[in-house]
This record gives sequence, structure tokens and C-alpha cells, in this order.
Amino acid sequence: MFTYFIHRLTQSGVVLLVMSLIVFLGVFAIGNPVEMLINPQADEVERARATIALGLDKPIIEQYWIFLKGAVTGDLGKSFVYGTSALDLIMSKMPATLELAFSAMVIAVLFGIPLGMIAGLKPDSLIGRSIMAISIIGFSLPTFWVGLILIMFFAVQLGWLPSNGRGETTLLFGIPVSFLSADGLSHLMMPALNLALFKLSLLIRLTRAQVRETILQDYIKFARAKGLSNTRVIGVHMLKNIMIPIVTVIGLEFGSVIAFAIVTESIFAWPGTGKLLIDSINQLDRPVIVAYLMVIVTLFVFINFAVDIIYSWLDPRVRLGTTAGGGH
Amino acid sequence: MIRTMMLFGMTLLISLSVSAQTGATSTTKNATSTTKARDISIGLQAAITSMDPHYHNVGPNNAMLRHVFETLVKTDDNQKFTPGLALSWRAINDLTWEFKLRQNVRWHDGSPFTAEDIAFTLKRVPNVPNSPSSFATFTRAIVDIKIINPHTIQFSTATPHVLLPSDLSTVMIVSKKIGEKATTEDYNAGRAAIGTGAYKFQEYSPNQRVVLKANYGYWGGEEPWDVVTFKMLTNPAARVAALLSGDVQMIETVPTADIAKLSKDPKYNIVDKISNRVIYVHLNQSTEKSPPFVFAKDGKQLDKNPFRDVRVRRALSMAINRDAIVSRVMEGKAQSAAQLLPTIFYGTSKKLTPMKFDAEGAKKLLAEAGYPNGFAMTIHGPNNRYINDANIAQALAQMVSRIGIDVKVETMPSAVYFTRATKLEFGYMLLGWGTESGEQGSAMRSLLATFDAAKGMGVTNRGRYTNPAFDKLLAEALVTMDDKKREVAIIRAAEMVMDDVGLIPLHYEVSTWAAAKGLKYTARTDQYTLAMGLKPIK
Amino acid sequence: MVESPLKRFWLEFAESKLALVGLGLLLLVVFVALAAPWLSPQNPFDLSQLDLLDGKLAPGEKSMAGKTFLLGTDDQGRDMLSGIFYGLRTSLGVGVLSTVFALSIGLVFGMLAAYFGGWVDTLIMRVVDIQLSFPAILIALILLAVFGQGVDKVIIALVTVQWAYYARTVRAAALVERQKEYVEAATVLALSQTRIVFRHMLPNCLPPLIVVATVQVAHAISLEATLSFLGLGMPVTEPSLGLLISNGFTYLMSGKYWISFYPGLALLITVMSINLVADQLRDVMNPRLKR
Repeated sequence: MFTYFIHRLTQSGVVLLVMSLIVFLGVFAIGNPVEMLINPQADEVERARATIALGLDKPIIEQYWIFLKGAVTGDLGKSFVYGTSALDLIMSKMPATLELAFSAMVIAVLFGIPLGMIAGLKPDSLIGRSIMAISIIGFSLPTFWVGLILIMFFAVQLGWLPSNGRGETTLLFGIPVSFLSADGLSHLMMPALNLALFKLSLLIRLTRAQVRETILQDYIKFARAKGLSNTRVIGVHMLKNIMIPIVTVIGLEFGSVIAFAIVTESIFAWPGTGKLLIDSINQLDRPVIVAYLMVIVTLFVFINFAVDIIYSWLDPRVRLGTTAGGGH
Repeated sequence: MIRTMMLFGMTLLISLSVSAQTGATSTTKNATSTTKARDISIGLQAAITSMDPHYHNVGPNNAMLRHVFETLVKTDDNQKFTPGLALSWRAINDLTWEFKLRQNVRWHDGSPFTAEDIAFTLKRVPNVPNSPSSFATFTRAIVDIKIINPHTIQFSTATPHVLLPSDLSTVMIVSKKIGEKATTEDYNAGRAAIGTGAYKFQEYSPNQRVVLKANYGYWGGEEPWDVVTFKMLTNPAARVAALLSGDVQMIETVPTADIAKLSKDPKYNIVDKISNRVIYVHLNQSTEKSPPFVFAKDGKQLDKNPFRDVRVRRALSMAINRDAIVSRVMEGKAQSAAQLLPTIFYGTSKKLTPMKFDAEGAKKLLAEAGYPNGFAMTIHGPNNRYINDANIAQALAQMVSRIGIDVKVETMPSAVYFTRATKLEFGYMLLGWGTESGEQGSAMRSLLATFDAAKGMGVTNRGRYTNPAFDKLLAEALVTMDDKKREVAIIRAAEMVMDDVGLIPLHYEVSTWAAAKGLKYTARTDQYTLAMGLKPIK
Repeated sequence: MVESPLKRFWLEFAESKLALVGLGLLLLVVFVALAAPWLSPQNPFDLSQLDLLDGKLAPGEKSMAGKTFLLGTDDQGRDMLSGIFYGLRTSLGVGVLSTVFALSIGLVFGMLAAYFGGWVDTLIMRVVDIQLSFPAILIALILLAVFGQGVDKVIIALVTVQWAYYARTVRAAALVERQKEYVEAATVLALSQTRIVFRHMLPNCLPPLIVVATVQVAHAISLEATLSFLGLGMPVTEPSLGLLISNGFTYLMSGKYWISFYPGLALLITVMSINLVADQLRDVMNPRLKR
């Protein structure tokens, strides 16, 4: 177990290295950051000065080497646009994005799994069919479209919820969060719902599929024959077995939720890392893009690792780190 | 198990909707208790990247920082000079300017403003670390500073520099006492953001918002607002929604699609003003043969560069129905252009009028120039930089295809576009230019003078247009110290270069602001959104 | 008399009325997509056929030349009906092609990772990690800058973004399968590894994959719409449904709903029909649901 952990850690290090290199080369391929930031009225002298100030006059490999040296000590460079530490900038926006992503996942899981189970247990009933129909609509519409409709309806027409921003935040263990205050919650609702819609639909469908499969399995029939109550059969035996693919998807999807938060954050002006990233990409603020990816990759690696652990706990047939042909 | 989950889900749903309702009511309660009638929120279309006035020379930052800091020379809403921290200025000889400073001005921390602060500021400007675009260009001309007394200062230049007042209208003065030990981070945190302006720094969240509070002792008089919150709402639909839902009381840059509806709605009033930004086309004249993306219709290279022929350039200009673009693409929020600035600005010719739309005439001219069957080319443009830029590019393509040219359109994000355009990788380029100095001479120097990096001429002349006669006229004009004589020379140069179609001007952008009923904004040509210009209607 | 497997398959499929409706809609969509050039009153990709002055006409309005636009026009003067037909073609093509490629690539890698384990597994999964961490937007921007715009670049971007999902899901299912007795038995029987992997493990891994794949076709089309929204998708003169929707986005609040609404409706119908059909297909094909 411990060696496995060490292996994963070294692999993650390699992943981080490769990613940072790809970003450096990628941004280099896209365009010249100075061109994006320099005031068009500036003359050649000013352009040259700006190029040197941002370290862009050096060859790309040297720039990467400088970055690596700093990265080891935790300094991922200064943002070209803001002039402040790129890592600090990302970390200051992280809580907002994490809170949004987390809320979206909570909504998706809390409603998705029960609804999916109902649809799976009663596939031909009216309620079963309606749930499936709604889930299809849920992932057919692009996020940005749904977001605008939500704003138009709840903010502009009804005036119930604010149209953008984060509102008041309260400090929880020193981190600003929105869900502890009513004002914060009202700002959080629409973006979280917008972001959750797609995952919600996915979870409904996945849960339903899994339920329909396992209900025919022998061990379910056996449990019923044994006289166990329906609740226990479904709630304990079935649930534990259908959780495996569901857990994978939840783990995978959490990562994509953070990635997709970019569009939601842009429409709802939610001050998270997604909005910052897209602005940074448009302005070729390379240090921020790199810092964002470093943080996200670390987060992902951690999530994947957690998912694998939960896996082996849920399904004793799966052993971590064994080779083909089975081991004893 | 399922039932428990369902029950839990229902409880959660109910409690969420209840709290949403209470949330809504409590925010309105907050609105009346902690937010007073003299507090206001404004929606901006671009992010503010720093509270250090010398860090990044870019429009949105410059507008924001003018609330907290001030310049020696200020510009009014028509970009005409007015006294700022300097009461008056004049050139006492060809190489020296004298500025008389305003008295009884105090910094936000109470200390008095003196000439020492100016000297310090000018030393700091070229030395801000990590600046992606500094103001050094505007202080470079000054080679010596002499403080005559605490309220009089003299600047010496190496060569006659007529634009010194214009240069100094961009440099914001910071306090020597605070600034000596302050870094950009200190300004962003607010510790060093001590200015002389109408508002004081309260809060800055990068990429999110800026909050300012009134400077009650401001020398310019009382402002109507106590607390101003600027929200950065870069997504146009979100910005409009914020106005419609009451989250902000004014927005800048109203998306053209929403202008018609908002104009008819009595709950809002829209003001607009012509800006100093011209949208134009640069034609790549740098190559002998086919420029990039320009070919004969059969795909072969052309053996002459068609853009070097003034008849081709004129034909391409005549093919454009500017009125249609203004009315259909820009929804009326633009004005057809004949030169680089609208005629209310210094150095513009009253004789020049926008090229008349004439597709037939254009075809004939093309034939005269040796292209009776036209040729093939691709129009390139950005899609996230200027108002409706992608749509303008498509409209241009439509029009150009009608005069016998095979046209393709490619639009791309500015991050990709400008790098490639500067490397001259395109043939027909859609571009824009905002003349911050408010006079046409410097615009022509950047866009139309023959490219010469060492002399600082034609720095943004991506078409590499070159005309020695025009260069001579322009160079003379730029060193004429007398204002009236200089204007005449600049106008002559403008008329020459526009007749020769150095570039194809399309239109000037009209900036729009939409405010809630009861508020009026004094629109500006420099496109700045200033809380000082927003007043309640009596 | 024994029915042919195909007929039996069809009868089982047709048990669900909803699936039949979905199939009908899907066939209609595919037909429209294929026959677009003949069905459309106007070629919306041809700039010389568009007139700016015909822009933003409401559904049913006449143009200056007297032509009626059944669903109105967009801001460039493009007939919405033609735009939707051609857009369907583009969106469908992009969605299906990218999913097929991504699925194939992900399938191969996922199974290899699960079967061989060890460093093969590690290598593939770490590449998957890297892939999943990259925001689709960044990939699209890099590709756009390096290779230029176009349908093929969009497909490449979508494939690059999506194959990792398949790889991971397949690996998860395959990991479970690998431990089952039939694999052990096949190994003992000295069947070739290719045979074990592709003929025995694969069919059992398919069902969860089909769920993911059907969702992903919709996802691909939506992703393309989002990329178009950000200016990174299709070229402006050859709009897909996604680009039409995002173009009309700016007009939603000013009352010119048709520019965004009808393409959105077309998108909804396309995606829904795909999923209705795929749902039933999966139920029929699933060996574990045999009654």
C-alpha cells in the first residue's frame, strides 16, 4: 500500500512536469503576450522594454528553466497582466470555484441518484418516463444557453435572485464561503444549478442503467428469497454494487465540472478560477495559465487517487497494482 | 433507503427555496439599511488589472485610476485639455515648458501636494518592475526637471516637443511620501493608493470588482456619491442582465443588439457619443508579388501585389457600403469614416467625406487596374476585440464578393490575431485604432508613416504603406510648435494620404452607456466611464 | 420457425413506442443533414447569396426582393431554415465523427491498460490524467493557432478532449472483468491475448460504454457550441447549429428570439432522438437484461 502511494506520487510529479512544458510550448505557439498587453501607441523602445521586463526576450527553453527553478520553491512566476504572484492569484480564486463545483456536484448527486433509482425501479411508469425525458433535455442544451435563460427568468423577470456575482461571504476556517449566508446562497443558487444540470442528467441515466442491470442479478433474487425487506435489498445490497461505476463517473465528472465552470463563471460573473483562466488565455498571461494547470492537475491526481481507494473498498474483486493473470 | 433519500432531498429543496426567498428579502433589506441612496453600482466591460497608475497603460485601468489619482493636464469629455493639477502651462522657449500648479490640494492622507511629487512621479514612471506596458513613452521627452517653487515646475526637452501637454495628460501623479517605498502590490492592496482625486480607494478584487468611497475634502467640490462599486462584467449578456435586474445602475458598452429595446424603455436612458476609435482595413503592401492569402482565381500567385496599386485600393474602398454596416451591423452606433478621427478632433479635414458606395464603379476600376475578373483573397479579423468585429468582417466579405473577388473570411481570437497580423501574415486585415492623444498627427504617424522602428515611425503600420511625400509633410508638421500652423500642416498630410487610400477607414465607434431612470451620464469621446460624470437628474 | 437474429433484434427494439418515435426523428434529422443542399432555399455558406440588408427579419417576413423567409433571418441576412439544415449537417457530422474516433482510441487504450496492468497501465492512466486536466478551451486555442480554423481542426480538438473519458470508463469495467473466471479460463486455454481482450472482455465492457457514448455525442455537439460561443469553433461563414445558437445569443434579450431559438430546437430534437434510440438499443443489447 505504501509503495503504491509512493509510485503514484512520483508519477504525479512527472505529470506536472509534462503539463507545464506543454503549456509553455503551447502558449509560445499561440502568440506573443507583449502584443496583447502593449498599448498600441507605444513605440519600439517601449515594446523592447516590456519584452525584457516579462522575460520574453530569452529563448523559450531558458524561460522554462527559470520557471522550473522557481517552481521548486513554490514560485510560479508573476502574472504578466496583474504583476502579482500567479499562484497567489489562482489560490485566492480557488475557494469560489471549488464551492461552486462542490455545490453543483451535491445537487447532482443528491437528486440524480434517487431519481435515477426511481426511474430504474419503475421504468415503464409515468414518473419513470418523465424523469428520463427531463434528463435528456438536461444534457441536450448547452450550458451557456441554459444559464442565460435562468438569468432572464429568475433575475430579470421575477427578480428573485441576483443576476451575477458572489455577494457576501462569511469566513469558515479562514476561507470565504457563500453558502453560510442567505445573500451568498441566493448568489450561489443559479450558477450551481446551471453547472449541475448536465451532471444531474448523467447521473440519473447512469443510475437507472445500473439499477436495471443489477435487479435481474441472482444475488438480488436470492436476497429476496431469503426474506430480506425490500429496503434492505435495494438500499444495502444493490446500492453498494451499483456505486462502483457511479463513483468513477462522479470522480471523473468533478474534474470536468471544474473545467466547465469556466462558461458558467463567465456568464454569472462568478469570481472563480475559470473566469480568470479564460481571460488569461485571451491575454496570453502564461504564468497564470501555468499556475492554474499546476493546481488543477494536483487536484485531479488527488481526486483520481481517492477514487481508486474508494473503489478497492467498494469492490473486493479489484486489487490495486496487481498484474494480469491474477495474483494471490 | 430510497425513501430516506427522497425525504432528505425534499427537505433540502424546500429549505433552499425558503432561504432563497429570505435571501431575496434580506438583500433588499440590506439595500435599504447598509446601502444608502447615494451608493451606486456600475457595470464595466473589461477587467481592471491594477491599482498602480503607472503599471499598465490600458484604457480600462486609466479610466478607473482617474477616480483616485489625477494628471497635471486633464481632458474633458471631448478630449480637450482642461486644468488638472496644473492651472496653466506654456512653452517659454522651443525646448522648455513651464507649468503652474494648483494650490491647496491635499493627498488623501492629508499631506499637501507639491512639485516634489511630480518630480518623483516622473522618475518612477520608467522604472516600474514587470510592467507589460508602461508610460515611459510619455516621459521620455523630458530630459530635465527644474522646480522653481513648490507651485511652479519647468520641463526641458532635447528637441522641440509640441505634444508635452498631451503626454502629461496621461501620467497620473503619485505622492512622493507614500510612493518612495511602494511597490505595485502596495497599490493593489490599497496601502499606497493615496491620490488627490475625487474618490478614495476602498477595495480591489482582481477580475471581480473595485469599491471606492468619496473624498469629502476634494478640491473639485462634492461628488453625488458616497460609495461607488464597479463590477467587472465582461460577458455582454450578463452586463445587460445586471442592469435589467437592478444589480447595477449603469453599464458601459451596451451590446448593439439590445440598444433598440433599451432606448424605448422609459426605465432607462441611453447616452452615446462618438469616440476616438476608428475601425479600418490595412492592406498588406509589403510584398512585391502576391501578399499572403491573395491569389489569382485559379490559385496561382499574382506577379504583382494588387494592393500597391491605388486603383485597387480605391476600388476595395468603393465596394464597401458603409451606411449598411452602420445601420445593420452597428445598429446605428457608428459613423462612417473618411479619415482617422471624427471632425470634432484636432487635425481633421472638413473636406474629406466617406468614400461613396459604388459597386459598379469599383468593378470598372479593378478592370482598369488590370483585374477585369478580379482575384481571390481571404479577409482576416479578430472576433473578440472590437464591437461586432466578426460581423463587420463577414459584412465586408459579402460586399467585396459582389465586385468579382472570390472571398473567404477567417476570424480568430485576438490572442492569435494580433501576433500574426504584426508579423504581416495576412493580406486584408480588419483593425481598429483609438487615438488617445485626440489629434490626428500622432495617429497618422503610427499607422501610415513609412515603417522605421529606430525613429518610432509607422510602428503599427501593418500595411507597410509608404509614401515619401506624405512622410515629409507629416514630419514637418510634427515639429511645428505653433498650434494653428501645425493643424494646417496635419490636415494637408491627411488629405494627401486619404486620397491615396493609405488605408481604408470604415467607421468611428459610437460609445454607449445605459443608466437607470433618474441618472444621467456625461458621455465621453475617450470611452472612459467615470463616476464623476454620473449625476442624478433633478 | 426460428426467427433470424436481426428480426428478433428489431422486434425487441420496437417494443418501446418512445424509441420508435426517436428513431423516426433521427432518420428525419439524418435525411435533412444529408439532403441539405437540395432542401435549402438558399446556400447559407455562400457569401454572394447573402444580403446584409435582409438581416434580422422575423419568421414569415419578406425580403426586399420578395422572398419569404419561413423562419426569419439572422444578422448577416442568412435564411434561418437553410442555416439550420446546413448546421444540422455540420453539427451531426462533427458530433458523430469525433465520438467514433474518441471512442475507438479510448477503447483500445482502456482495455490495454486494464489487461496488461503494470507499467502499461500506469503510463496510459497518467496520460489520461494529463488529458483530463487540460481545459478543452486551451487545447482548442492551441490547435487553432497552430493549424488554423476548420471543421477538421474542431473534430481533432473534440477527439483530443474526449478520448480520456472512454479510456477511464473502459478500464474500470475491464478491471472488473479481468478478474472474472472466464478470463482465467481463457488464459488457461492458451487463447491469444488479442482474442481474450477483444472477443471476450470487450462485449462485456460495452454496456456502460454505450451509456457514456450516447451522452458524449450530445456532449460533443454541445462542446462544439461552447467553443463556437468563445470564438474557437467553426469558421463564421460555415456555421454549425452551435455557432448559430451562440450568434443568436446576443439577440435573445432584445426580442429577436428566432435567431437562437430555432437552431436550439433543432439541436434539442437531434440530441433527444439520438438518445431515445440509443437507450432502447442498449437495453436490447445488454446481455444482463435478458429475460
